[in-house]
Parts: sequence; structure tokens; C-alpha cells
Amino acid sequence: MSEHHSDVHDPLNVTNPEHADHHIVSPGQYSLVYLALLCLTGLTVWAAYWDMGIFNPILALLIATIKGAVVILFFMHAIYQSRLIKLTIASGFFMFLVLITMTMLDYMSRAWGSW
Amino acid sequence: MDNAITSPALTHAHPVAGHDHDHEHVSLPQHRHHFETEEQQREAGSFGMWLFLLTEIMFFGGMFFAYLLYRNWYYPAFAAASNQLSVPLGAINTAILITSGFAMALGVYYAEIRDRKKLVLALVLTTVFGVAFLGVKYFEYKEKYELHHIPGDSFSVAMFVNPHAYELSKDEPALAPDMAEKTQVFFFLYFAMTGMHALHMIIGLGLLVWLIARARRGEFSSGYVAPIENFGLYWHFVDIVWIFLFPLLYLINRHPLK
Repeated sequence: MSEHHSDVHDPLNVTNPEHADHHIVSPGQYSLVYLALLCLTGLTVWAAYWDMGIFNPILALLIATIKGAVVILFFMHAIYQSRLIKLTIASGFFMFLVLITMTMLDYMSRAWGSW
Repeated sequence: MDNAITSPALTHAHPVAGHDHDHEHVSLPQHRHHFETEEQQREAGSFGMWLFLLTEIMFFGGMFFAYLLYRNWYYPAFAAASNQLSVPLGAINTAILITSGFAMALGVYYAEIRDRKKLVLALVLTTVFGVAFLGVKYFEYKEKYELHHIPGDSFSVAMFVNPHAYELSKDEPALAPDMAEKTQVFFFLYFAMTGMHALHMIIGLGLLVWLIARARRGEFSSGYVAPIENFGLYWHFVDIVWIFLFPLLYLINRHPLK
């Protein structure tokens, strides 16, 4: 489908400066992603009924992170995007992690008594 | 550009002074003049959409952080209150929302291959599953209303102070009255987070109705995919928020640490 503007005769890099590739994901691939998401949902529900102590929330969040990553990479086409967009997405999540880690450090390290 | 639509009315009849005449300028009806190429326009659109979604991550992130913190502070109250949510309903809703996202993903595909009828069908299915999700949510909220588990004046801690008197909570440990009051914090966060998520879905459903009307007119089956693609990004983002809300609110408190 995509018309590749050849970069060969484009020394000033104007025709496609981001080197973006227009990729179309097939319904077959979407179906596989959909099935994977349903299976992971089943797995996380099943796991919640077992008493694994501290590992219950860890496993549940691990599965949620995998599901979220699959949605971002395939349903949202992040894996086929330019480096600019990949970096933007990654830096956003990194920023969020920094924010919650710093805030949590502050809350946890104050002697406010135990609740 | 064999499959590009060349519209004589939209090609530049009066070139701007200083404009580069060296390369041929093909104008698509959806191609804005301030972009060099269609790829560049698409890239800029996706980039802008992602920046918007990052602000949304920060917005929901604040509430996720509040949940993380208060769950640590009022752990017994959070465990007891969380166990009043229905795991089967939450699981069904997760499946419904993933199905809606799958239909949306197919919609982007059918817009890309310019199949008007299947695009409309995919968007309608996206809407139907989105409405079904809100329908299930309605019954969940209604139950909370009937049990007086909506924070505020009519909130009742009876079920948490004296769980053995109620069928729904007979296996739960009893909470001291001051800790039982903190179940309001859980329910406040539950309604704030699922409510904000539901609001995003309602806005999304409104946009879907508008997109379906435009798709029926064939506006997105001639190579102009950007609105479908960017709405798809929004809809999948709303999916991701629920993918994290479901385990946090429904699942992780089933076996509280003693």
C-alpha cells in the first residue's frame, strides 16, 4: 500500500524526514493479539483465587503490564512507528515511573506513625 | 503514487513565492499544505496524539498513585472493601472491553484497505461492546448504591464492622470501627477511577457515533485514515487503563496478608 518516497535522491531529507514506514497490520495478527489478551485475562482471574501471599499482587500486575505492552505494541502499532514516536512513548512511561517513585519515597520515609 | 487521488481543484495553482518547484506537488484532499508529504502529516498526527495520551497517563497516574498509597496505609479496609466487588462481572467486562478494542483494531485495518462497509461494521461493533461495558458497570454501581457503599452521608460501615450478619461478607474478618470508616477511601477511589474511565468511554462512544456517520459517507475509505487511527489510539488507551484497574480494584486483595 505505501508509496515509499525514495530517500536516495533526497539529500536534504525533506520528503520523509522521520523515515516513517506506513505499516498495515493484518486481521490475522490482530486476532492472535486478541486471543492472547483473552488468555491472559483468564490467567489473571484464575491466579487471583490462589493464595500466593505477596506474589498475588506481583503476578496480577505483571500480567497487566504484559497485556498493556501487547496493546501498545500491536493494537496501537507502536512497534511499527518511527524512532521519534517510540522514544516519546518510552520517555512518557519513564517519567511516570520517576514521578511515582519519588513521591512514594517521600511518603514512605516520613515518620508519620503507622496506620 | 498510483493510488493517490489527484484533485485538480486542490493542487497549487498559484505557487507561493520561494516555493520549491523542483519536486512535483501532489495534493490529496486530506493533505494539508503545510506538510511536505503525506507520511510527514501522518507522523505529526500520531506524534500529537501520543503526546495527548501521555498527559492522560499522568492524569490517571495520579489516581493510581493515590490508590497505591492508601492501600498501604489502610490495608485491612482496602482488602475488605475490595472483596465486595464481583470478580466475575469485572472479568466479563474486561473481555467485553478487549473485544471492543479488537473491533476497533479491525476498523483501522478496513479503513486502510478502503472497505467502507466493513469499516462501518467494525465501528458499530466497537460501539456495541463499549455500551455493553457501561451496561455491566451500571449494574455494579447500582448494587453499591443499594448496599450504601457510595461514599458520603448515606455510607454504611455496618457490613465491615459486623460482616458475619451479612450473606455477602460472612467470611470476611470484622474491622474496628475506625478502620471500617476507611473503606470509604477505597470506594471513593473506586468510583473516581472507574467513573473517570467510564467518562472517557462515554466521550469515546460520542466520537464513535460521529465517526460512524462520516465513515458511512465514505470519508475514510479513500486513503484518509488519520481520524480512525487516532481515535483507535484513544480507545486502546482507555482499554489499557481498565487492564490495570481490573487487577488493582478486583483481584489483588482476595488473599490479604495476615
